[in-house]
Amino acid sequence: MPRRFLPGPLPAAEPSGPVDAETTASLAARLNAAAQRRLGRSLAIRHVNTGSCNGCELEMRALRGALYDLERFGLRFVESPRHADVLMVTGPLTRNLRAALEAAWDATPDPKWVVAVGDCAVDGGVFKGSYAVENGVGTALPVDLTISGCPPTPARLLAGLRALLEAHAGER
Amino acid sequence: MNPLAMLDAAGVEDCRPWPRRVLSRPDWSALVAALKADAQPALLALWADTAQVHALLLDEAMATVLPVSVAVEAGRYPALSPARPLAAWFERLVHDLWGHVAEGGRDARPWLDHGRWPHAQPMAPRPGPPSTAANPPELLPAEAEDLMQVPLGPVHGLIGEAMHVRLTARGDAVLRAESRLGYTHKGTLVLMRGKSPRAAARFAARLAGDATVAHSLAFARATEAALDMAAPPRAAALRAAMLELERVAGHLDALAVQADAAGLAGLHSMLSTMREHLLRGIGAAFGHRLMMDCVVPGGLAADVAPDGVAAILAPLEALEPDLPLMRRRCQALLGRLDGLGVVSRVAAFAWAAGGVVGRAAGRAFDVRRFDPACPAPTPPEEHVGDAATRGRVRLAQIADGIRLVRAVLAALPEGPVSVALPTASGEGIGCAESVRGDVWHWLRLDHGQIAAAFTRDPGWSLWPLAEAAIAGARVEEADAILHSFGLAASPVDL
Ligand code: SF4
Repeated sequence: MPRRFLPGPLPAAEPSGPVDAETTASLAARLNAAAQRRLGRSLAIRHVNTGSCNGCELEMRALRGALYDLERFGLRFVESPRHADVLMVTGPLTRNLRAALEAAWDATPDPKWVVAVGDCAVDGGVFKGSYAVENGVGTALPVDLTISGCPPTPARLLAGLRALLEAHAGER
Repeated sequence: MNPLAMLDAAGVEDCRPWPRRVLSRPDWSALVAALKADAQPALLALWADTAQVHALLLDEAMATVLPVSVAVEAGRYPALSPARPLAAWFERLVHDLWGHVAEGGRDARPWLDHGRWPHAQPMAPRPGPPSTAANPPELLPAEAEDLMQVPLGPVHGLIGEAMHVRLTARGDAVLRAESRLGYTHKGTLVLMRGKSPRAAARFAARLAGDATVAHSLAFARATEAALDMAAPPRAAALRAAMLELERVAGHLDALAVQADAAGLAGLHSMLSTMREHLLRGIGAAFGHRLMMDCVVPGGLAADVAPDGVAAILAPLEALEPDLPLMRRRCQALLGRLDGLGVVSRVAAFAWAAGGVVGRAAGRAFDVRRFDPACPAPTPPEEHVGDAATRGRVRLAQIADGIRLVRAVLAALPEGPVSVALPTASGEGIGCAESVRGDVWHWLRLDHGQIAAAFTRDPGWSLWPLAEAAIAGARVEEADAILHSFGLAASPVDL
């Protein structure tokens, strides 16, 4: 079962300042089409915190808020990894949370995808090299998609999830 | 003898703006005995370096901060926890990071160290071999067979914190809540050591995303105090505005999380929309939606964008007319929180609880009083101390924060926003008011490099108070009570 793939490149830089409403809407429409047409059901996301400063969580909550309205596009957050397709992992992976991350992975049914959210999750970020961290999610699990930023903006998170959805759909 | 009088008689070391007292071992023990008999001064923090253990005491009546130290002898120092229960949490940290043993301490279980680090006591001159601390960590056992244990965590909530709270219940009634932290420990203090203040500021900014301005600012103020300098007036004013913006956004987020958990979709959507508009304005003004890395020692990393003031004022102007509607719609949430999770006034003072938790319980302590650039905040009106009052204090602070941002931006001085830092030595303390309350940073500079640093997030007093507030509630109420505190693990786990 192939699980790893290379998603399309993400926009190199996020325009700072207000998110372009049109871009967001068109991203959303594509996301919607991909989710509904190819998957026929919504994609369930479980967040796993591996030692975040909570900045990434603030932007993930913003993404869930009304202005990005994820659920309309077939993406929703769930409480349990048992109901998840995607693990969105934040934080540099502290040594103290490695067992919790592995437990979440083990509890998630196949097929499953791992998204590393934020510079910390990508490679440890500013905490890289500390005795207390394992330098990112990739040291413990196969990562399917990385979304950099400290923290990534909601628009960037949305673009990343779109890339995941499209690559996922193409794989089927 | 009165503890404050004892401190007056002690020798001092240079620490700005509050000189640090150094006590002999017998005098420190006498201080602990005196503190047992007297509720004041309150304890803010206890930490260490390789040679000394330091306590930060607060004389509330005089609004004076008293740093006080004792030498560590043969790896030991007399515990403070018999006189100040909060010290027990810090004593566990001091042991896990530096290896110093608190003689006569109330709790010697490991905390940050879960037995997974390559070496124990990472801040000691010679770190030890890996510890044998339990993972998952050791919690108190249930004493009777009819007791049930309910775990929350280690990853709690839909998009939440990494922490673990274990409820011990008999039937539906929670008898005890015990939080276990340390999961998010990232070794921040070790990473800061040996760096210049500008380089170390990146770590201060990443203690807590929802208090990044407050931590950056307290750290910057500690540095500026150590170097006996000040940020330029324009930077001071913008910092005051940024701090209010962070707190307004944080209160909106905290209420949105609570509305979401209560299943109030309409309220959740209203609050998140308000917050999102605000963050977009902040992003346009400062180049970062959370203002991370924007406050640096010496001033600001950059001036506000040319049209930045307008970008901030626009969402505030849009928000203001909706405040009465927001307050009305929040009634549906606050009604469910009535009487839940009470923090008493006595407990708020004893644990030096700040922010909404302290204010809702009648302790109005607010470190904005130390900031001449901040106009006087409006003090809270009620002190029932329950989750509903905390929600009302948040609502009041949103309105007050908007007023303060406008007042500051209306009189924004012209001029530079930063000054260069001299490569010098010194010791300083700084504070700032975060969404959870007063954040403190202490540091010692040696020829422009950080020799030692520590930070006290308000979470230190809020976690134990949340434990106490959940005990006595029903199991299904525990989540709502926890959320009403707006707790964060990372700035306490370090
Ligand atoms: S990437 Fe940045 S915002 Fe996200 S957890 Fe790490 S430090 Fe915090």
